Amino acid sequence: MSAAARAFLIWLLASMAGAAVVWNSHFSADMSFFLPARPSAAQQVLVDQLKEGVVTRLLMVAIEGGDAAQRAAVSRQLDGRLEKLPEFVSVQNGQAGNLNADRDFLFRYRYLLSPAVKPERFTVDGLRESIANSVDLLASPAGMMIKPLLPRDPTGEMIELLSGLNAGAQPYVQEGVWASRDGQRAMLLIQSAALGSDTDAQEQAIATIRSEFAESAREAGISDARMVISGPGVFAVKSRETIKDEVSKLSAISTLAIIGVLLFVYRSARLLSLGLLPVVSGALAGIVAVSLVYGTVFGITVGFGAALIGEAVDYSIYYFVQSGRLGAAEWRTRFWPTIRLGVLTSVCGFTALLFSGFPGLAQLGLYSLSGVLTAALVTRFILPALAGNDHPVRDLSHLASPLNAGIRAMQSLRWPVILLTVAATTVLVIDRHELWHPNLSALSTVSAEDTATDMALRADIGAPDSRYMAVITAPDREAALQAAERAGRQLDALVAQGIIGGYDSPARFLPSQAMQAARRASLPAGDELAARLQLAQADSPLAANKLGAFLDEVARAKEQGSITRETLNGTSLSLAVDSLLMQRPDSWSVLLPLRPPAGDKNVEIRIEPVRAALAASDALLIDMKFEFDRLYNDYLDEATLLSLAGFAAIVALLAVTLRSARRLGAVLLPLLLAVILVIAGVHLGGEQLHLMHLIGMLLIVAVGSNYALFFDRAGKENRLDAPTLASMAVANLTTAIGFGTLALSSVPVLHAVGITVGPGAVLALLLAACFSGKDRA
Amino acid sequence: MIKRLFGCLFLLALALPATAAFDVGQLMTDLAKNKGGKAKFTEKKYISLLDKPVVSSGEMSYTAPDRLEKRTLVPKVETLLLDKDMLSIEREKQKLSINLANQPEALAFVDSIRGTLSGNRAALEKNYALHLSGNADKWVLTLLPSDQKISALVLRITVSGSKSLIRSIEYLQADGDRSVLNMEPIETK
Repeated sequence: MSAAARAFLIWLLASMAGAAVVWNSHFSADMSFFLPARPSAAQQVLVDQLKEGVVTRLLMVAIEGGDAAQRAAVSRQLDGRLEKLPEFVSVQNGQAGNLNADRDFLFRYRYLLSPAVKPERFTVDGLRESIANSVDLLASPAGMMIKPLLPRDPTGEMIELLSGLNAGAQPYVQEGVWASRDGQRAMLLIQSAALGSDTDAQEQAIATIRSEFAESAREAGISDARMVISGPGVFAVKSRETIKDEVSKLSAISTLAIIGVLLFVYRSARLLSLGLLPVVSGALAGIVAVSLVYGTVFGITVGFGAALIGEAVDYSIYYFVQSGRLGAAEWRTRFWPTIRLGVLTSVCGFTALLFSGFPGLAQLGLYSLSGVLTAALVTRFILPALAGNDHPVRDLSHLASPLNAGIRAMQSLRWPVILLTVAATTVLVIDRHELWHPNLSALSTVSAEDTATDMALRADIGAPDSRYMAVITAPDREAALQAAERAGRQLDALVAQGIIGGYDSPARFLPSQAMQAARRASLPAGDELAARLQLAQADSPLAANKLGAFLDEVARAKEQGSITRETLNGTSLSLAVDSLLMQRPDSWSVLLPLRPPAGDKNVEIRIEPVRAALAASDALLIDMKFEFDRLYNDYLDEATLLSLAGFAAIVALLAVTLRSARRLGAVLLPLLLAVILVIAGVHLGGEQLHLMHLIGMLLIVAVGSNYALFFDRAGKENRLDAPTLASMAVANLTTAIGFGTLALSSVPVLHAVGITVGPGAVLALLLAACFSGKDRA
Repeated sequence: MIKRLFGCLFLLALALPATAAFDVGQLMTDLAKNKGGKAKFTEKKYISLLDKPVVSSGEMSYTAPDRLEKRTLVPKVETLLLDKDMLSIEREKQKLSINLANQPEALAFVDSIRGTLSGNRAALEKNYALHLSGNADKWVLTLLPSDQKISALVLRITVSGSKSLIRSIEYLQADGDRSVLNMEPIETK
């Protein structure tokens, strides 16, 4: 077997294995790209909420068009249709009927549910006081509502229960269904059965809602009805569409542009396909490595391929253009060491990212690292064997004279460049407090328009925005509920002091078995209760003999079974409990969302007293906004550290290889200037910098060094021949195309890398030329 | 504008002979003159379940056209505030706010008192048939609900007063229970 055939066979087998891995890979476009790989206890709550919290399953729907009555008709239609479908666990549109099941449950189990049920309440004094209270309440304007219940519930347990429930702002009602505050939209709140992180199922659910809406509007006879839908599921689906769309679009643009450049340079289909071989191998190897290491490949990672293509193709360009005249062996001795050093600096840059706790960044690092390394190795070991010695490249020496003229022009611009850099530095120093975007939303694929729609719907429907939560972990359900009850007692005190407005707890509808037993034991036996009631009501306007129904109800409550999770089925309370009480693989966890004091919209809770009060229980207080901000700041700090480490590694590598402070300085200077100019440019262009711009800065150094190194080599050899110069220009162009394509992306992660590294690579070459030695032949 | 002016003239023409005979229009005009004030109130609720009526008392204040505050002092301190369509009730540490625009039945109920206080005949006639007896010094206005949803709650509302002052309001509920609210104006300087 010839060397070429052997090389090709090895490559083919490796590629087939790689393709098999890719075929079986799991691709994802969800939030986990951004979620911490090594979360703290508080961050774990954040992660759980974002992946499987009930809030992620909420979809908000607004119906527009027609008049209020028509919108209400569509709302009822849609509600009726969706309620029958198993994909949705709850559909609410404000219709009164939907609440009956809840009210029946609360009334039926009021003696097990009411926090007021204690032995003292059923003593003679206790009965007298609580019944007198209810009678007083009759005098109140609310009296009309409680009058029908009084004979059955004279101690007012139902009032106790309902007063704890009022969850603040209720949506407006128009024509019997929820409406927006301006009265122009009918509103629905829908909860999908599928988890928010299950993007396929969310997409399906959203499509179902849309088609059922179209049917409902048709049935109601409204031609101009429109539907607006938002929620985490919608964001996930849209982000995935955006990423999918961009991955194919960007890769296509980048590939076509690069093929165009290569055709211009090679004028040969054979060389073109050989030249793309390292690129394809690199892209494949990148996905394979990520898939094997992480199990899941993020869509954004694949999108990064567009840039990888641009960089990986450089090696084959160097090989074909530079070895054309010299032959493979000569190329290996003269050029390969420089290319190898360039590859290693790139590798240093990408390796730094591997250590990131931000999973998206670590994946990008691994993907690029394996891609670049593979492309270089294929170029070095497979390509020469396959190409043989017969690869005449079109003579590019006619490019040498304009390129040399360009270099001389750049060299004359040294002082202007230095002045420009000083100006850029000044701008950056002056604006240093406004450079950075303050939070994680900078990286989000969700558009500002979609965010605004979401906020508007959320405000109209009063959907929960649970910023503060107390979190409890316990070994089993009973222990979790008991802990929730203990924490609840601390929180009740805070409510009484006005520090918090209120809180939700699963124990409100599903008390622990111990609590239910205690409440049941508080209820006196029938004869005993009758005797006490007689004494208690002796002087009351409400005579004991009119309360026979009360005695029956207490007797029944004493005998009826305990409330279990199954008892709640069919009520919307089951959702409330499921969202707040969750089973983990080896434990149970409880969430107690806290509400700010009433009347204060968007006001922060004073954290310290709450934390102090909860210190006595097992509950951990979490401020989601704070955790998000801290998460982002952690990422940013870490990215800064990793960028510096990557930069240090590159400097060390160059120092060891070049063994000359002067040469090291000559290689690094243009790179640093390029970084400053690009960042100042991006800032003046009106973009707020975020974590990925920072990574882009590192990559300018890691990628741009390849070009600076050729000038260093030329300085050492005291010549820069025409093919080398041409290969550098072409390679730089393809890299700029690859990264530049990413700048077109609307995905912030990709855009930021593209907008920095694309221009950065070009500047690195130009500035390297600018500061290259003048005494060259 | 012109149309409105003619409308006013037309109403004036109708109102002129009416000064002789006291009618709903005259009463409404008188009531509308009342721009607000304070009153002590006593409310008695006669409930069949109870052996004697529940009595509450406190102060009420009214600012035309749509702000009404009722502060109950006995037996429990409770504040009810009606401001435009927002009804809020504060009792002990609980505070409840209801937007009445969402609750047509409650709104009709509230309109009976608010419409009478402000002399808003159109608002009253939207939900009630009006019957007036007596004269300007001692009149009785009876409101009979025209909508079945309202009459399921309240059968009849009887408002009595003299000149532009309301003295008492009686609600007769569908189940036979009734409540009587008596008011005594507090002179404010």
